[in-house]
Amino acid sequence: MRLLTGNDLPTGDVVWWTGSGWSRHVEDAADVGQEGEAILRREEGARRVNVPYLIDAIATPDGPRPAHIKDRIRALGPTVRPDLTLRPADPAAGSWVI
Amino acid sequence: MYRYDQYDQAIVDARVDEFRDQVERRLSGQLSEDQFKPLRLMNGLYLQLHAYMLRVAIPYGTLDSRQMRMLAGIARDYDRGYGHFTTRQNLQFNWIKLADTPDILARLATVQMHAIQTSGNCIRNISADQYAGAAADEVADPRPWAELIRQWSTFHPEFSYLPRKFKFAVIAAEEDRAAMRLHDIGIRLVTRDGELGASIYVGGGMGRTPMISHLVRDFVGSDDLMSYLEACLRVYNRYGRRDNIYKARIKILLHEIGADEYRRQVEEEFLLVKQLGIDPPRAELERITAMFAPPAFDPAAPDAVDRSDPDFAVWLDQNVAAHKQPGYAIVNVSLKPIGGIPGDADADQIALLADLGAAYSFDELRVTHAQNIVLPHVAKRDLYAVWRRLTKAGLAEPNLDLITDIIACPGLDYCSLANARSIPLAQKIATRFADRQRELGELKLKISGCINACGHHHAGHIGILGVDKKGTENYQLSLGGSGAQDVSLAKITGPGFSEDGVVDAIERVTDRYLATREPGERFLDTYRRVGFEPFKDAIYG
Ligand code: HEM
Ligand code: SF4
Repeated sequence: MRLLTGNDLPTGDVVWWTGSGWSRHVEDAADVGQEGEAILRREEGARRVNVPYLIDAIATPDGPRPAHIKDRIRALGPTVRPDLTLRPADPAAGSWVI
Repeated sequence: MYRYDQYDQAIVDARVDEFRDQVERRLSGQLSEDQFKPLRLMNGLYLQLHAYMLRVAIPYGTLDSRQMRMLAGIARDYDRGYGHFTTRQNLQFNWIKLADTPDILARLATVQMHAIQTSGNCIRNISADQYAGAAADEVADPRPWAELIRQWSTFHPEFSYLPRKFKFAVIAAEEDRAAMRLHDIGIRLVTRDGELGASIYVGGGMGRTPMISHLVRDFVGSDDLMSYLEACLRVYNRYGRRDNIYKARIKILLHEIGADEYRRQVEEEFLLVKQLGIDPPRAELERITAMFAPPAFDPAAPDAVDRSDPDFAVWLDQNVAAHKQPGYAIVNVSLKPIGGIPGDADADQIALLADLGAAYSFDELRVTHAQNIVLPHVAKRDLYAVWRRLTKAGLAEPNLDLITDIIACPGLDYCSLANARSIPLAQKIATRFADRQRELGELKLKISGCINACGHHHAGHIGILGVDKKGTENYQLSLGGSGAQDVSLAKITGPGFSEDGVVDAIERVTDRYLATREPGERFLDTYRRVGFEPFKDAIYG
């Protein structure tokens, strides 16, 4: 599957295109399929998300998982600071990243 | 320490106002990211993997307690409670919000700090020997010269769009603690016939094509310094390869035309520049130098130190260096706790360092290119008290220049250019070698997460470079580099390793060293004596 991702303009947070908007959780990401380029251009024009780009991902029962390690780390947060990830209370939250 | 005059303050304040307006226009959508990016980079604001990152300049690595406390406050109020000290003696905040940036810069400006020229193809923050003003082996304090260069290079219109970034380092001792020979221009202050002047080295650098600089002029007097540097930059600005980012640094120009031809052109240009009258009057250097006058040392400060606490004695031997003033010492504060993140310090630690600087070091602190902090002027009678407080805050790891005192760039945990993570590897290595580090002695290990070499891996006694091998992290090992006065570039050993594999390979290297070293030899000495092959055999044999 194909995902659209970028960084939120005011906060810099990593965000994922959900089909109707942007979410901080990769689990909410939608497969943009053939529409990717068009959504990317439209969102770039809206100027709310910085440098949006398309990536490959794998669909899993737990949600989409980016194919490249860089985007998996983006989805979670720094691997060396589990306390600063999106789910600091869950030690297994990043088990799929590396 | 240098204090801003009205001009310094005015340009920094004006820049904050200008950037505030630019940020507002970006947030409201008037500016696109393409338009805004160069503007934010001019103010040290990068976009990294997870957030904006703000790089704050610490000129020649020197700061006072008020400035250090401000950094702690910003970490607390605007970031997630910590900062990362870098190999260029700067500080990076990893979790900055765009809308907060003007306020952060405004607060920095109140303590004479900014983030100007911490990015882009301009002359970057000037780095210097962290022992400046304290080292017994210096001919003078290099910082007044560094400050003069800072003033000359700030907003220099001709050098705002160089072919590529440009980095200066200034030292004044035989021992090179600032990796001076690996900078675009390195300056060593020397004396000739009783006059202070500068030896100018040009064309060093790391990145994908590491090079050691060439001595271009052995003596430039203070009356000619600005003209000479102007000429050095002009020749580069004219011929530097703007067409090819990989060949754009001045090191490539020197490599291509040769140091002799570069020198000839600089000397020619110098004669023209000299007529422009850009060199400040001597009084200006004297005015600046007066601000770096030595603090009011107590001439009666006792030299003896009570070493009866064995843990304290270990720290004393490893982290405390000789001071030029009897009764005083230079304290190195390690930001490399075993298993910690090299160069990171949390807000409480930064605030504590500010307090210690105020109470025990005449209000001065330094950042080192090895990502540690220095308290430059501590009375020996206070060393035990300082050590106790550092210990409580987790800042007294006695590992200066040992294998666990690792330089590591942020790598793939933070950096958008990275191929592999640097920090977890540093943590594994430190943990593996913690109980052997003193036996191994001086061993500088440096890790970069990609070929840009921010972690100085080319200059590591042991260097590690993260590469991307079909989507997985892989690490290339190299041996024999040095960023010190015995400068050399490390040589790649061969095929790369996984994260655990590279830790094992380092163990084979250090085992071979222990088996072959002669009395008194550091790792680097043994390596230079026996050569590359025995170590290569140990790794792959
Ligand atoms: C996180 C954002 C960073 C980015 C985007 C970045 C980018 C780069 C790039 C592109 C280069 C290569 C320049 C060239 O060869 O022309 C470079 C070099 C360098 N960077 Fe960084 N860097 C970052 C962080 C750091 C950090 C955290 C440090 C210190 C730990 C650092 C210190 C250096 C040094 C010392 C060099 C080598 C200078 C040379 O080539 O002479 N950088 N950086
Ligand atoms: S060396 Fe590469 S990975 Fe490390 S900070 Fe520099 S650009 Fe990023």
